[in-house]
Amino acid sequence: MANSKSAYSFAGKKQKPDTHIIVVWVDNEAGVLARVVGLFSGRGYNIESLAVAEVDQKQNISRITIVTTGTPQVVDQIKLQLKKLVPVHKVADFKREDKNVIFKEMALFKFVANNGKLNKAFEACKNFNPVILDQTNKSNVIQITALRREIDTMSKNLKKFGLVSVSRTGAVAMTRGSEIFK
Amino acid sequence: MPKLYSGAEIVFKCLEDQNVSHIFGYPGGAVLPIYDELKNFNSIKHILVRHEQGAGHAAEGYARSTGKPGVLLVTSGPGATNAVTALTDAYMDSVPLVCITGQVPTHLIGTDAFQECDTTGITRPCTKHNWLVKDINDLAEVMHKAFEVATTGRPGPVLVDIPKDIQFQKSKYKNYKKNKKLNGKSHDNYSQKNIDELINLVSKAKKPIFYTGGGVINSGTKASELLRELVYATGFPITSTLQGLGCFPADDNQFLGMLGMHGTYEANNAMYSCDLMINVGARFDDRITGKIDEFSPKSKKVHIDIDPSSINKNVKVDLAIVGDIKSVLTSTLKTLKKSKNNFSKSNKHQISNWWEQIQKWRSKRSLDYIGSEETIKPQYAIERLYELTKDKDTYITTEVGQHQMWAAQHYKFNKPNRWMTSGGLGTMGYGLPAAVGVQIAHPKKLVIDIAGEASVLMTMQEMSTAVQYNLPIKIFILNNEYMGMVRQWQELLHDKNYSESYTAALPDFVKMAEAYGCVGIRAKTPEELDDKIIEMLNTDRPVIFDCLVDKQENCFPMIPSGKPHNQMLLGPKDQKEKKITGKGRTLV
Repeated sequence: MANSKSAYSFAGKKQKPDTHIIVVWVDNEAGVLARVVGLFSGRGYNIESLAVAEVDQKQNISRITIVTTGTPQVVDQIKLQLKKLVPVHKVADFKREDKNVIFKEMALFKFVANNGKLNKAFEACKNFNPVILDQTNKSNVIQITALRREIDTMSKNLKKFGLVSVSRTGAVAMTRGSEIFK
Repeated sequence: MPKLYSGAEIVFKCLEDQNVSHIFGYPGGAVLPIYDELKNFNSIKHILVRHEQGAGHAAEGYARSTGKPGVLLVTSGPGATNAVTALTDAYMDSVPLVCITGQVPTHLIGTDAFQECDTTGITRPCTKHNWLVKDINDLAEVMHKAFEVATTGRPGPVLVDIPKDIQFQKSKYKNYKKNKKLNGKSHDNYSQKNIDELINLVSKAKKPIFYTGGGVINSGTKASELLRELVYATGFPITSTLQGLGCFPADDNQFLGMLGMHGTYEANNAMYSCDLMINVGARFDDRITGKIDEFSPKSKKVHIDIDPSSINKNVKVDLAIVGDIKSVLTSTLKTLKKSKNNFSKSNKHQISNWWEQIQKWRSKRSLDYIGSEETIKPQYAIERLYELTKDKDTYITTEVGQHQMWAAQHYKFNKPNRWMTSGGLGTMGYGLPAAVGVQIAHPKKLVIDIAGEASVLMTMQEMSTAVQYNLPIKIFILNNEYMGMVRQWQELLHDKNYSESYTAALPDFVKMAEAYGCVGIRAKTPEELDDKIIEMLNTDRPVIFDCLVDKQENCFPMIPSGKPHNQMLLGPKDQKEKKITGKGRTLV
């Protein structure tokens, strides 16, 4: 095997990158998101999606959910680097395949079409908890919740029913069962 | 009713309570209220620098030579941006700094006001943490927390940005109670089981080596003592990184010299061939490891470090011990004594072949150079400087380049905190202001900046600071008229195309010294060198020493980029035989 071209690269066999969902509990203070996101961009880690909001108003805690891909070594570094940030309280890391964790994204679809197509669009969404949030005689807005890949597929397939605009959140995650992440 | 203090007063009250005796700074519009308060706090002395970068490096020199945090005070906008290089330098080399910056009044933030910049935004990636204080009631707590963050765990720089209106506003002052844990972050995270495992590896090893770094120095002088004890108790060889020099005596037989790109032949070969590597407070930096795929292929690796993110970052290790070096070494020594009393004697036979091998590598004498009667060889200059200053408790700072490596190779350090150099960031211009900071902290000691003529010109203005405060620092310039390290790489990799690495129109350093009001000395021949150095040492004023050295000399031995530890270039002859080919060229 040819040797690695760079003295800066990782050792030995190349590890396979995996998709991970990283959940970070932080003090909700000015600049905290910039610190977390800056750490990712500064160290060359990627962010597939990002969701952030305050979850505990009393203690001022925000929960940031980041979907990222990286080799095990990189994902370990991400966690350890995040834990070093002063406003970070704890960091959880789940593999996307993890059956014990629920991942959900929400999407809003706007359709402009005739009634027949609008109905078909709603029908097509029915596996993903569709809710009609707005309706006129030539358009509607449907909310669905699903996995990232499902939403990807849906937004492709729904084009033929008059899908004109998509707005979606990043993934949020929660463990199954009675346990919580400490 | 409790007494109310202005923001500016609170800043100084915090500094007093943190036992800060010196701050380095430069005034400007947005910090004037703080400067106005300076006169009321006699215990704090302000050192006026000539450029904010100088304030930062001086604070670094102060911190590295004392183990206490360095403090700098600068204004908004350009004051803050000028300090960025020093903050980044401190971040890379884990130096505790507290940088206080002025900011435009809160109501003007975001309006592109005069001398406004997004200071916390700019310094976020180069500080451990930073704060913009928007409420006077938070100021005292933030200030104290800043000191705590800077000095605990792996030390580093922090920044507190204080808008001008906050400096005027009034609030109560309360001293700060230290928390045991900072936001749930603990630093000692190892168990006795880890220590037992380490002892087990130590007792089995046939080809062991200690690889120590700046973490030992950051852990305090006690850590260096414990390291010595452990190294003697095991009889193992020890090598050190650039930042770790001084934590083990360089003239001891167990010390193999510095390792890495310009490390000794014996240290690098021992690292390559060992079966147990014990990393104490170093970080597997790329200047140390060389080609990472072939880095010490046959060894079990142990990593002792206070920063969990250092573990497995560059090199996968077999045993990680996360904790303060001092505490880890204490436990290790205790366990070793309990379980294997007189270990160094009983183990002597097991590692005797290893020591024989090391002696063979040693006999290559990789730091040797070809002497000259006509021109001063830079290595010779450092050797003479060492011989003539070794009986004094000398503090050495350096700039960055060939002279820095020669200083690391040929000046022997026997105590921690005596060696201040910019390793991680490699900041040319670090040494002169750092020497200012060291001399402020140790007014009676001999402080020498081993410099190159190109580096030193980057922060030369701080000579004016040295003169103002009667700091008898010695600037020992190895003057070869080239950016030597650049020239060396161009020779090795770019067919001697010395593109822009020669400095034409250099100033006359002797006249320059006189213009600053200090003393200039020039040495041109090896014959006069000793007398001139003695003249420098006998001068109780700042000195610029212009040492004219061989212009072509290269820094050897070296591991060319892209090569593993066992493929070193030993000298000019070797260089021709092992020409660096395509791949290595991209790696500098």
